Amino acid sequence: MKKKKEKTPRQAMPEQAAEVRRRNFDEVPLGFPEELAMLEASRCLSCKKPACVEGCPVSVDIPAFINKVKEGDFTGAILKIWEKNSFPAVCGRVCPQENQCEGNCIVGKKDKPVAIGSLERFVADWARNQNDIPMPPIEKKTGKKVAVVGSGPGGLTVAGDLIRKGHEVTVFEAFHKPGGVLVYGIPEFRLPKAIVAHECNFMEKMGVKFETNVVVGQTITVDELLNDEGYDAVYIGVGAGLPRFLNIPGENLMGVYSANEYLTRSNLMKAYRFPEYDTPLVTGEHVCVFGGGNVAMDALRTSMRMGSDDVKCIYRRSRDELPARGEEIHHAEQEGIEFFFLHSPLRFIGDENGWVKAVELQEMQLGEPDDSGRRRPEPIPGSVKTVDCDLAIIAVGAGANPLVTSTTDGLDTNKWGYIVANEETGKTKKGQVWAGGDIVTGAATVILAAGAGRGAADSIHEYLTWGW
Amino acid sequence: MYQILSKTELAQGTVVANEIHAPKIAAKAKPGQFIILRVNETGERIPLTMANTNEERGTITIIYQVVGKTTALLASMSAMDHLADVVGPLGRPTPIEKKGTIICVGGGTGVAVLHPITKGFKEAGNHVIAIIGARNKDLLIMEKEMKAASNELYVCTDDGSYGHHGFVTDVLKEQLEKHGAAVKEAVCIGPVPMMKFCSKVTKDFGIPTMVSLNAIMVDGTGMCGCCRVQVGDETKFACVDGPEFDAHKVDFDGLSARLTAYQKQEKEAMDAYQKKCSCSTEA
Ligand SMILES: Cc1cc2nc3c(=O)[nH]c(=O)nc-3n(C[C@H](O)[C@H](O)[C@H](O)COP(=O)(O)OP(=O)(O)OC[C@H]3O[C@@H](n4cnc5c(N)ncnc54)[C@H](O)[C@@H]3O)c2cc1C
Ligand SMILES: Cc1cc2nc3c(=O)[nH]c(=O)nc-3n(C[C@H](O)[C@H](O)[C@H](O)COP(=O)(O)OP(=O)(O)OC[C@H]3O[C@@H](n4cnc5c(N)ncnc54)[C@H](O)[C@@H]3O)c2cc1C
Ligand code: SF4
Ligand code: SF4
Ligand code: FES
Ligand SMILES: [Mg+2]
Repeated sequence: MKKKKEKTPRQAMPEQAAEVRRRNFDEVPLGFPEELAMLEASRCLSCKKPACVEGCPVSVDIPAFINKVKEGDFTGAILKIWEKNSFPAVCGRVCPQENQCEGNCIVGKKDKPVAIGSLERFVADWARNQNDIPMPPIEKKTGKKVAVVGSGPGGLTVAGDLIRKGHEVTVFEAFHKPGGVLVYGIPEFRLPKAIVAHECNFMEKMGVKFETNVVVGQTITVDELLNDEGYDAVYIGVGAGLPRFLNIPGENLMGVYSANEYLTRSNLMKAYRFPEYDTPLVTGEHVCVFGGGNVAMDALRTSMRMGSDDVKCIYRRSRDELPARGEEIHHAEQEGIEFFFLHSPLRFIGDENGWVKAVELQEMQLGEPDDSGRRRPEPIPGSVKTVDCDLAIIAVGAGANPLVTSTTDGLDTNKWGYIVANEETGKTKKGQVWAGGDIVTGAATVILAAGAGRGAADSIHEYLTWGW
Repeated sequence: MYQILSKTELAQGTVVANEIHAPKIAAKAKPGQFIILRVNETGERIPLTMANTNEERGTITIIYQVVGKTTALLASMSAMDHLADVVGPLGRPTPIEKKGTIICVGGGTGVAVLHPITKGFKEAGNHVIAIIGARNKDLLIMEKEMKAASNELYVCTDDGSYGHHGFVTDVLKEQLEKHGAAVKEAVCIGPVPMMKFCSKVTKDFGIPTMVSLNAIMVDGTGMCGCCRVQVGDETKFACVDGPEFDAHKVDFDGLSARLTAYQKQEKEAMDAYQKKCSCSTEA
């Protein structure tokens, strides 16, 4: 009898080579073939007390679905995942797994953790290509009407959950396409838009109505939805869609963009396919992106794909503090993005036509930890340099857009303008109104927005059923 | 959805009016507000002001000058065609109150934007003096409508082919000299240089003045910051903080510069479009 089996290493998902993909918008990782997925699944120890599940904000039953993958029962696997997570194809791609499920995986203590995200993605992608997966049962119509404001992952979760419970659901979206950040923010090469469209179509098949081109607060208000349109409950999931700028001189020069604008033009409006699509976008010779989160990585990698060779990430802390997903940083480095750590912009310098041509940077050093527990960046006196920059993208965070809150009576907001809502139920101070996702927590993650949506859907269902 | 119900050519076909079915917007729109539309699936989003709305018919009217690819494409649509998307009403409505005498100045297609505001001020009980201008007689639009919407109407053309020979600023100055402090507010809407010069004139007279800024926009809901304009020492988003602002604080030169950001691509798009159009008509 063999004493010890040869350990299977973590299986790497095949991906496009860096030198090729840095010039195209096709997805970077290509997905697991079935054999690789099953091999990777075999690395899971099926823990009795799975630590990975604790790391997942929505408690996907990870060992159970991975077991099904081991057995080759992919239908079983997807049904398991769906119990907790409506968007595995999305989450498998964009969750910060290293801080969540995979960060907790026991195998990761000695070896690399089980590739939970990649397996989730594999199962979801497999399921999308089948046509005999049973539709989730839809309960008898209740006659109750729910309005969902915003079609990001939070709003979509609420819509999907409540339609199954037999309620009538209409999603109102300001843009012309549903999906929220999944369509306007996260680029095609990281999350193909066909996947988001598939999820939305699936919702429509279940009976969810989508009304795009409706800006709640302008086209119609929350109070009008409740009082005039006969909705029994409203869920607000409008995200954190207010761009933050640096507030430094020269910021209104041409060539200076918020990441929101730059990414909306390229993703939602498909400017990267100009002139086939009409929305224009510029290609920079010298690109500087300010910030170090996922948004910054997306802007960096998009500008590289738009044809730039000199693309810099300007971040005021050090590499260790970069908030982006590990995979994105890794991919960005492979693609040739240059990192300027410990630099902070002082001002933009323009040319005679009003275009940005350079940026002045202050060198920083890390001092004592601040409120966030991270070491505070402080200027090094006298260390200022100027670098060429004809395209600047500002990705230093987002805030709350007041369009909805300022037009709704009796909604409580905190000092940053986010809606005050119960963490578990999403209940706001205003009767019949729930809220969740980025508009409550501030810019966070897809899975947290989806999780908040699930909690709110349960609470809305209780209210519609029992009146509380 | 968003069916074009009628199409009228004004100013020798360089300006087009469309009545569009958009009942939700029609029910909500107020003077000064705009919509953003997308003609088709590959189209860009462009902002246009509602020159009129008809709640009963559930329609809005847009009047636009054909200046590039998207407006050309829009002008090529026939009555009964559908637009891919129309969203609105966007922006803040013009604050309209009874104040006394109001001067409304419009240039070029700005007259279309000015019309509902002028009408609003008159309906609120103000004495409204309207001054409208165009490069020449053929490009002048909405004279009849503006006459009905105001108490006094003055018309100018740059080349003197109709009305006063000269710029709207000349007539504006005359009227301010004539009425003095009775004028409580001026509203000036048109090309950026025109608004800039009108603003200079009214500043000398100390008359509060509003201008409607046509910054480049994408979403129109305050999420991208593309439309930012410098007003006093603040950066404002034209789509949600405006489009109307205190003329005496606006950085018109900064606005003019930002409006040129995509000139190269706009020309490329228009050239390709015109080439395609001429091919298809030949075939
Ligand atoms: C570029 C970028 C990259 C990101 N990368 C990641 C990642 O890799 N992993 C991750 O987990 N998270 C990532 N995030 C964060 C994540 O996308 C968000 O936390 C999540 O999408 C929030 O979901 P939500 O449902 O709260 O709202 P959103 O996704 O923000 O959607 C809100 C929707 O509401 C609509 N809306 C807004 N106002 C109105 C109104 N007045 N009326 C009608 N509709 C309105 C908006 O148009 C939008 O469609 C990223 C975010 C960005 C911007
Ligand atoms: C609030 C607002 C209301 C407006 N109302 C009217 C109106 O009632 N009638 C009218 O004729 N025009 C109006 N405009 C201007 C109109 O949006 C532009 O003329 C139009 O977008 C040009 O598109 P194009 O593709 O045909 O031309 P292009 O050749 O692409 O552009 C011509 C010029 O128009 C401007 N422009 C281009 N794209 C945009 C954009 N996305 N947003 C704003 N400006 C842009 C630029 O300065 C550009 O150089 C308004 C603009 C704003 C911001
Ligand atoms: S939803 Fe996200 S955190 Fe949860 S298991 Fe899937 S990838 Fe991991
Ligand atoms: S912690 Fe790791 S090994 Fe254990 S069940 Fe979860 S994925 Fe499998
Ligand atoms: S157009 Fe995007 S913020 Fe105004
Ligand atoms: Mg255009």
